[in-house]
Amino acid sequence: MWDYIKLIALGLVAVLAAIAANYARDLPYMVNAIEIMLAAAIAFIWVLRTMGGPKPSESEYFDGVIRAGVIATVFWGIVGFLVAVIIAFQLAFPALNFEWAQGYLNFGKLRPLHTSAVIFAFGGNALIATSFYVVQRTSAARLFGGTGLGWFVFWGWQLIIVTAASGYILGATQSQEYAEMEWHIDWLITIVWVAYLLTFLGTIFKRKEPHIYVANWFYLSFIVTIAMLHVVNNLAIPVSIFGSKSVQVFSGVQNAMTQWWYGHNAVGFFLTAGFLGMMYYFVPKQAERPVYSYKLSIVHFWALIFLYIWAGPHHLHYTALPDWASTLGMVMSVILWMPSWGGMINGLMTLSGAWDKLRTDPVIRMMVVSVGFYGMSTFEGPMMSIKAVNSLSHYTDWTIGHVHSGALGWNGMITFGALYFLVPKLWSRERLYSAKLVSWHFWLATIGIVLYAASMWVTGIMEGLMWREVDSQGFLVNAFADTVAAKHPMYVVRGLGGVMYLTGACIMAYNLWATVAKQPRAAAASVAAVPAE
Amino acid sequence: MDYHIFREFADSWAALAMLLVFVGAVVFALRPGSRRVHDDTASIPFRHDDKPACSGGGCKDGCCKDDGATL
Repeated sequence: MWDYIKLIALGLVAVLAAIAANYARDLPYMVNAIEIMLAAAIAFIWVLRTMGGPKPSESEYFDGVIRAGVIATVFWGIVGFLVAVIIAFQLAFPALNFEWAQGYLNFGKLRPLHTSAVIFAFGGNALIATSFYVVQRTSAARLFGGTGLGWFVFWGWQLIIVTAASGYILGATQSQEYAEMEWHIDWLITIVWVAYLLTFLGTIFKRKEPHIYVANWFYLSFIVTIAMLHVVNNLAIPVSIFGSKSVQVFSGVQNAMTQWWYGHNAVGFFLTAGFLGMMYYFVPKQAERPVYSYKLSIVHFWALIFLYIWAGPHHLHYTALPDWASTLGMVMSVILWMPSWGGMINGLMTLSGAWDKLRTDPVIRMMVVSVGFYGMSTFEGPMMSIKAVNSLSHYTDWTIGHVHSGALGWNGMITFGALYFLVPKLWSRERLYSAKLVSWHFWLATIGIVLYAASMWVTGIMEGLMWREVDSQGFLVNAFADTVAAKHPMYVVRGLGGVMYLTGACIMAYNLWATVAKQPRAAAASVAAVPAE
Repeated sequence: MDYHIFREFADSWAALAMLLVFVGAVVFALRPGSRRVHDDTASIPFRHDDKPACSGGGCKDGCCKDDGATL
């Protein structure tokens, strides 16, 4: 019965998408409608062919969707890093904005493609895959919703990535940073996100452990808060239901405030709370010892949740936003430093008594550096939110450097650590193909981040100082183009840092592939029957 | 709805209630006698690595065979 409802729904979606493609008023909308039509048609055939199959056993974890998520994470990671390197060199060498690709592959079009690819495609897939892994293991229960719901979340998320990316290139954007997707994709995200919440909560509800492990608290807060942020920041009225253009409900400074309430909490809950969920599971697992202080992790959680949501206005210092609002944002950002470092200490001290592992295990080294970068960027962030510092740093490359020490250092490295942990487990291999290649990846990525962050500090502070330099008559000394010319060498260094990071990721992709393809299946040691006492 | 909603919220009892909930959560986490519970909860990742726990219906699925630590 349930299968028939699914077939009817998918058939309807395919037909409606075909109608929408026919009446489409602009190219990106038409392309997106065709993509949705094809996805619905393929899903229709898949449901039809697997109808009435055996029910999945409740005594097995649902790992198929996690394996797919791991592959997708690696794939989108490399795509996102590649686009990153291209746009970094486009800034250093403007001739790379080729004339023949003008309007499609120039910096302005590729930049949102890069941010969405790394945050939502790489980060999002990593979060969905690891959260499905962690919630099953720590609840001692199979993922809620049979196989259908998990696969719907996974493939729905891939469809969102593809539609958003093709929309950006063809010109559909609502011009809000990290929320560039137009209204029709926003609806798609909402549907998939509700399914994600349902899968996650359902698994927690049927857990066999009496308590909810702290990693699940972080994952759950990430899912719930992102749902709220996404819906409020994307309140928009489409000009036509057959066109991609929409008009924001908020305007002016209200819109700016809502946007940065969204934008900063996308950092706070997507890139911090979600990834802290990863930290609280994978660091203890890799170190083979429980988290340093479970009490501290509870305090970390509640302090982070209560404070982060207020920090957004620090993106709008010295704007039309009233002073009290930006001061509030600044104060909350500075207070936020404390729980962040509490969390960092908790992650690092989990290794106490096992520090020798740092010498022998490159995966744990990766995780430790990641937590270190978490600490560094959560110190840098509050400092930059102070108005006096912000008057120098805002609109400069310092901000970009800060974001990347968080994103490449913290989010990237903890994800790589989790992937190195997961692949041998999920494909039941004894160990990784090569620990040496992990070391290579580790050093390439770390040095790449250092090059990136250091060059951005230099250009950021330099251009901030150049912008405010006045002569004895009170005239500005530098034209904007002067700052651009002065930044060139650092832009090349930044690009090279990106190349190193991308190379490291490619080495990881090979290592993970070889782990599965070039090694025999491990004897199922822990599954082997041990007689009950 | 505009940014004044912030201001109104900051003036309201709801802001104080949020603060009290936070303080309450911290106090509850640090309450005496919570260590045993927390130690048990902190070791959750080291159980049930390969299979879910039994659903209470005995061993008919073979699901309870690797109950407990798999380390």
